[in-house]
Amino acid sequence: MSFLRDEKVRGILYQLITIVAFAALALYIAHNTAQNIEARGIKTGFDFLNHSSGFDITESPIHYTTKSTHWDVYKVGLINTLIVSFFGIVLTSILGLIIGVARLSSNWIISRLAATYIETFRNIPVLLQILFWYNVVLAAMPSVRHSYSFFNSIFINQRGIFVPKPIFLNGSIYIAVAVLVAVTMGWFIHKWAKKRLEETGREFPVFSTNLALLIILPLIAYYATGKPINFDYPVLKGFNFEGGKTYTPEFLALLFALTIYTATFIAEAIRSGIEAVNKGQKEAAEALGLSKMQALKLVILPQAIRVAIPPIISQYLNLIKNSSLAAAIGYPELVTVFAGTSLNVTGQALEIMAITMGTYLVISIIVSLVLNWFNHKMKIKER
Amino acid sequence: MAVYELKTAKKPPIKDSGIIFWIRKNLLSSPSNILMTLLSLYILYIIIPPFVKWAFIDANFAGHTKADCTGDGACWIFIRVKLKMFIFGFYPESELWRAKLTMALGALTVAFAVIDRVPKSVKIASILILPIVSFILLYGGVFGLEVVEPSKWGGLLLTLVIATVGIVLSFPIGIFLAMGRQSKLPIIKTLSVFYIEFIRGVPLITVLFMASIVLPLFFPEGVNFNKLARALIGITLFQAAYVAENIRGGFQAIPKGQYEAADALGLTYWQKMRLIILPQAIKVAIPNLVGTFISLFKDTSLVMIIGLFDLLSMVKLTASDRDWLGFDTEGYVFVALIYWVFNFAMSRYSKRLEKKLDTNNRD
Repeated sequence: MSFLRDEKVRGILYQLITIVAFAALALYIAHNTAQNIEARGIKTGFDFLNHSSGFDITESPIHYTTKSTHWDVYKVGLINTLIVSFFGIVLTSILGLIIGVARLSSNWIISRLAATYIETFRNIPVLLQILFWYNVVLAAMPSVRHSYSFFNSIFINQRGIFVPKPIFLNGSIYIAVAVLVAVTMGWFIHKWAKKRLEETGREFPVFSTNLALLIILPLIAYYATGKPINFDYPVLKGFNFEGGKTYTPEFLALLFALTIYTATFIAEAIRSGIEAVNKGQKEAAEALGLSKMQALKLVILPQAIRVAIPPIISQYLNLIKNSSLAAAIGYPELVTVFAGTSLNVTGQALEIMAITMGTYLVISIIVSLVLNWFNHKMKIKER
Repeated sequence: MAVYELKTAKKPPIKDSGIIFWIRKNLLSSPSNILMTLLSLYILYIIIPPFVKWAFIDANFAGHTKADCTGDGACWIFIRVKLKMFIFGFYPESELWRAKLTMALGALTVAFAVIDRVPKSVKIASILILPIVSFILLYGGVFGLEVVEPSKWGGLLLTLVIATVGIVLSFPIGIFLAMGRQSKLPIIKTLSVFYIEFIRGVPLITVLFMASIVLPLFFPEGVNFNKLARALIGITLFQAAYVAENIRGGFQAIPKGQYEAADALGLTYWQKMRLIILPQAIKVAIPNLVGTFISLFKDTSLVMIIGLFDLLSMVKLTASDRDWLGFDTEGYVFVALIYWVFNFAMSRYSKRLEKKLDTNNRD
């Protein structure tokens, strides 16, 4: 048996044992599953995707009726997941940035306030926060008749928030074109200013110029084309508001909780990013005579971002995954309508769970590809 | 002869200590800083007085029924009356001492683990014994203890059971997965990588759905897990992937020389891992592991979606009692406080550990 002492032989042996054990387990499970499915009379295959679902969905960004198929249910769920994730990521980035910067403020009280915010909301389960917003805060809003009204165009009540909806008429395409032009010009200005800075050392106010461009150009287009954007205002008719855009309590509870919870992690990532920049860098910037803003913009932030962005991106992914907790309050995203209602209606747990998990897996893979791309781009280019 | 003239004394330097200086430096150093201070004072003003008013001044503490809650503020009587539900769920009244004893033993084990002076052998022994003793105490069936079905466990007790089992069981699985991922054997490595990345790519709720709906299909008819066991399987399998990544971080922090030295000494793979690599890797990974355990503790609240009565689900349950309708707010605040205390304590502990273990980086 001396050949067993050979590391290579043993390696192959271990792997063989693993494969056999794994295959045996897979076969055992497959066999049991097949028998159970037959015994319980569960249908198999993916035909159910083409069958009509028979249930309605409260919020659907695309056309959906009870006659729509389970495939439509999947699409509605996925789109709702993406919508709430998109809003969540935007809002949580803004909030997290504010809190993170406040945490580092030299003002003691601001810094303590931010720290308290972080320690409070980070340590409470996000599901509890979702339920709190849904069952306590939003449920305490006034009835439809007694809505809080802002400028007579935004209304807040038990059924959610009602806001005016923009309607794009002919000619609004030019506004989009104007935005595009502004962005392109901004990009060129940025390049030109950088080149000039490197050659002559003179600075150009890139940020304020671009901001002005981004506001003025679309405004000009708006007036030049004869104000092609109208607003559809929500109006109280009978027992509910009609027209406008409605954000339901389910959506808002999920959005607020995810935003507030995730912002604590983003704030911490930003703080650790800025703190990770070597003290000597700051001192060197000061010694060079850079102003505080210049030091921040040219020395601290470019280095802090390298450290802060990867954890922030994985927090975005966590937010997307946590949006599945909507199942507890019934916001119709992927897990609620597809892995919930569709699964109950069809009973095809295996197929539906496979599709659902596969979808999240694809999202995760896309996010980690972005992360890898970023890490590669940001890698310190050493000589 | 020189003429000496008395010069007027220089002003003393501005005081750089004391409360006035502190306020000036930290709160009022510039106009924008003053604005910030005012803004934060305003924020505090709109948050704190109403909360204090609700939670303390207008709140009711004394009494036994809903009728005693006459104030506009919180009704803490509700929490006091339902406290048993929040902590123990439906655990039978006559057997309650067993649940209490289990919690006390758990607290003792944690105390052993945290206090430095306790010998390592006692720490490890208590961690290994706790799950067995707890199970015997909680479930019963031996030593003349009445059987208490897991469906009766609830509240904080259930949350702690799930968290503890999740932590204890996921730990060894996580170590094996991490070793698998570091392995030179391609098949073992691939399987480990696939498992870890798959689990980390999907939300916990889908894993719990798998465990509660699909898992029973995987076993022959007659094999039945109760709800709690299914949730535990789901949570453990989920947690293991995250533990594995923490341990892997520990592996990567260990200098290559340690591996080579172990090889040079002629240690086998398992000896090398057990004696050289793992003790160091786990030590490095501990702060991150505590972070993962905090996430796990928060994540246990998800079991409510698959129908278990953990701490969080007690809010809805107790607030739908006909005698106590509509006290969700008090319930959520109370439960949030419990979660917060546990998580905050853990995060402080992890920070302390990080400082203690950070031996090579003093500046």
